[in-house]
Amino acid sequence: MSKYDGLPGEWELVVGLEVHVELATATKLFSASPNRFGDEPNTNIDPVTLGLPGALPVLNEQAVELAMRIGAALNCTIQPCTFHRKNYFYPDMPKAYQISQYDQPLNVDGFLDLPNGVRVGVERAHMEEDAGKSTHVGGSGGRVHGATYSLIDLNRAGVPLVEIVSRPDIRSADDARSYVNELRGILLAIGASDAKMEEGSMRVDANVSVHKPGTPLGTRCEIKNVNSVRSMGRAIEYEARRQIDLVEAGDVVRQQTRHWDETDGRTHTLRSKEDADDYRYFLEPDLVPLAPSAEWIARVTAALPMLPAARRARLADATGQPATSEAVTIVVERGQDDYVLAIAAAGGDAGRALVYVKEAFADSPNVTAADVAALTQMEVSGALTATQAKTVLAELVTNGGGDAKVIAAKHGFEAIDTSEIERFIDQALAEDPDAWQKFCSGDAKAMGALVGLVMKASRGKADGRAVTASLQQRRTDRS
Amino acid sequence: MPESSAPVRITPEVAAKVAHLARLDFEPDELVRMTAQLDGMLEHFADIDALDLSTVVPMTQAFPLVNVLRADVVQPCLDRDEVLASAPAAEDGRFRVPPIIGSE
Amino acid sequence: MSASPEPRLTASAIAASVRDGSRKAADIVEQHLAAIAAREPEIHAFNLVLADEARADAARIDAQVAAGDDPGPLAGVTVALKDNMCTRGIPTTCSSKILEGWRPPYDATVVSVLRDAGAIVVGKTNLDEFAMGSSTENSAFGPTRNPHDITRVPGGSSGGSAASVAAGFSQIGFGSDTGGSIRQPAALCGVVGVKPTYGYVSRYGLIAFASSLDQIGPFTNSVEDSALMLDVIGGHDPLDSTSIPQEHPSLREAIQQDVAGMRIGRITDLPEGADPDVVQRLEVAFDTLRAAGAKIVDVQVPAFTFGLTAYYLIAPAEASSNLARYDGVRYGMRVDAADTNAMYGATRAAGFGDEVKRRIMLGTYALSAGYYDAYYGKALKVRRLISDDFDRAYQNADALLTPTSPSVAFQFGAKGDNPLAMYLCDTYTIPSNLSGQPGMSVPFGTGAHGLPVGVQVLAGTLQEPTMFRVAAALERGTAR
Repeated sequence: MSKYDGLPGEWELVVGLEVHVELATATKLFSASPNRFGDEPNTNIDPVTLGLPGALPVLNEQAVELAMRIGAALNCTIQPCTFHRKNYFYPDMPKAYQISQYDQPLNVDGFLDLPNGVRVGVERAHMEEDAGKSTHVGGSGGRVHGATYSLIDLNRAGVPLVEIVSRPDIRSADDARSYVNELRGILLAIGASDAKMEEGSMRVDANVSVHKPGTPLGTRCEIKNVNSVRSMGRAIEYEARRQIDLVEAGDVVRQQTRHWDETDGRTHTLRSKEDADDYRYFLEPDLVPLAPSAEWIARVTAALPMLPAARRARLADATGQPATSEAVTIVVERGQDDYVLAIAAAGGDAGRALVYVKEAFADSPNVTAADVAALTQMEVSGALTATQAKTVLAELVTNGGGDAKVIAAKHGFEAIDTSEIERFIDQALAEDPDAWQKFCSGDAKAMGALVGLVMKASRGKADGRAVTASLQQRRTDRS
Repeated sequence: MPESSAPVRITPEVAAKVAHLARLDFEPDELVRMTAQLDGMLEHFADIDALDLSTVVPMTQAFPLVNVLRADVVQPCLDRDEVLASAPAAEDGRFRVPPIIGSE
Repeated sequence: MSASPEPRLTASAIAASVRDGSRKAADIVEQHLAAIAAREPEIHAFNLVLADEARADAARIDAQVAAGDDPGPLAGVTVALKDNMCTRGIPTTCSSKILEGWRPPYDATVVSVLRDAGAIVVGKTNLDEFAMGSSTENSAFGPTRNPHDITRVPGGSSGGSAASVAAGFSQIGFGSDTGGSIRQPAALCGVVGVKPTYGYVSRYGLIAFASSLDQIGPFTNSVEDSALMLDVIGGHDPLDSTSIPQEHPSLREAIQQDVAGMRIGRITDLPEGADPDVVQRLEVAFDTLRAAGAKIVDVQVPAFTFGLTAYYLIAPAEASSNLARYDGVRYGMRVDAADTNAMYGATRAAGFGDEVKRRIMLGTYALSAGYYDAYYGKALKVRRLISDDFDRAYQNADALLTPTSPSVAFQFGAKGDNPLAMYLCDTYTIPSNLSGQPGMSVPFGTGAHGLPVGVQVLAGTLQEPTMFRVAAALERGTAR
């Protein structure tokens, strides 16, 4: 359960997330300058990017393709749409308006299922252009306050964004984190974005409110400036407590945009949302409507790869581990599930393969599926203990492959068959009859002493699990 | 959305808000004069209030085009030096502006 | 009338003679520069005369011809460009202090096309600031004077380009028309002025006033020259999303046909306000067409009269957004201040003239929360009514004929302090901008004080061939 059950009283947290995603196109949304991170300032510019007099936007086809993929992956309806101007002044907005989508966005009415089964509605996922970047000089820590001047880099201006707006269906900071992680996995799977929060190619704003179930929703505040999934969780938890404290003290929550400060662990007012500019939305006259054909939509939908949830389900099925388990989650996140399945297809044990892959390979495995499959069989048959298998695996990884049997032999890992194990057990019982008595009367700790004796006698080669199983069986047989 | 009835005439308070939205500074007497002129114009433009527009679809495009798209191929960029030479102030390859405080 | 020392040649004749070497582009340029030297001080058609550049271009063209290379279909044709068309490296100001001295780092598509065709740019012409006006009195750099009578306006907003052609400073002028800014000055200066179908000519590099209404078009001394100009500059531009992706038929060919059997519409519910001399010339125009074999039919365009209101809500709204980029950050004038918001307010207050500020205020208001439906939203519906009414009219007529301007050229200051009085100048031209349909003004004799009168031909969407046929017939029938 979410550790968020620590909300005082009967308070319920309500969270909606707005996620901005930079699309992985070669060029910008409305002009052909490169869409690249990290270049020298103001080198990826053209008349449209700069908002020069006379410049005109032309829509990037690949941006539409990727935006449609996002919509399809989030189970949205993809519909004919239009672009609007959102008018406001800011130095990183070269035209003093942003071209976005308003009442007719590309993707609407979708959803994302969290691994824990919660379904979060996706209200819309629309296209818009990014702003440039401003840096502040002369203040403390690069912050706006106290700065003597600011510098503007327009490389990022015009980069294609999709803004994904969830419905306020999230009820805990954990679920918020889960939503973002799941969304990220989807974006990577469909190739729409590299979704790196630390580079700004995925940005999250959280709308947070609190209420008591059965009462109307509370006033929400928008939390900005969360730079990682972890800090988003912290920010949500802080904000929920802040709002609860306010209301319980008899005060009201004012609708505000608040800024998360990672260093002091609090949110601070940026400006009151009531004072926010009137954006004077109107249809962008320099563009024409976008109505993707039924064929295009069908093609995008059909070409969707298997998404993380489905991959987890498939891997869970194959390995017998729960889809929500850490091993399954991590292996799918790393994109190694196909590899595990390949090991199984090569005759290996899927369950062991899952563990091996999770532990031994941080990213791209460098050992053939067949080689790993052979190793799993040796462990499952009891030919190798778990510890021994781990050693062999490590060497396979170092060498980039190899014959597990040969490596095992090299280490002197001999197979100890069951009769030998029983002999060692007999020996141990004889050595420490006291421990045996204690174990039989229910002292579980006493078993450890016996297992230790067996391991010592067998020089570590006995399979701990087999020993334990046998001891338990013997105890059962006695009664 | 429901049609508004007779348009609200522009007051100095509203004009001041509009001037702020448009980032236009006015001297007080200028704003008074401007408000009066706008008010006169809006009075004149009230002639369209007599029309029954309830079933009319707004016209937003002069020529009906859809799906104008561009291939995702990089084209040559502008020369940064040429661009910054036209800038009122520049530093370190960036446009330099006074501190950005206040709301968006 | 024209100050050019030679009998008037067509642009195609000029280009042909340069291409075959019988004339030197250099000589043509010198003739025009001499005309400019003689009368520009009193007319002020230009913000910038490009004498050196024009001479260099001419030398290049003559060298190409001498080397046997193709200098282009407009070789040696001198053009004047309205100073809201971006010319790389050459100041482009929109006759505003806020862009004074600004050099664009790129050429407008039309400018590139003209240069590639061998046309020679002799200068950037004066306009009402940011194309907002009907007299060129709103220029921040002083007005342009009508070559026919320098106590009178040349019209606007493209007054400089119209005057340049009328005074013989250039063979051709280019302007932009949002509510009549080509056609009205053409009428007042006695030249041909064309606004094509919206999307016929690329807007890339045309500094925007009202995006859904703006179009570039030519000023010329003949219908044939206008046809040639549109044949050259018309066509699809991938850099302009609103550009029509079709090939257009040759207008030079279209004007070979006469008007026998065509139906010319007289709009019987046209708003009143045209002066008697203008009305009289219009009647003669109808007679001329009738004599040429056309049939005159009565049509109604009931919403025509609401065009002014719809326009003065839609155009300023779009303009308020288009002009927001003039904020002192990346280019143009800046007034320094303690923070960026203060900088915006001070810069724009100092950089924009009164008419521009008025329209920005009006447009911002018309779009703002709570007022959108009453103003901008309503105006878009009126636009639909006008467009539908024109469609109905064009079922019964091939082209329509109206006055271009309600009056001949008026005196400086005649419209006084009343912006609305000035707005009425565009009564007859505005509706076709709203419907996105073509219109052109053809000089048709003189009116009061011997000043030129223009007659406006209107046609349906992409019906330029029809429109030009009628214009050619009027031109043939004009007493010259």
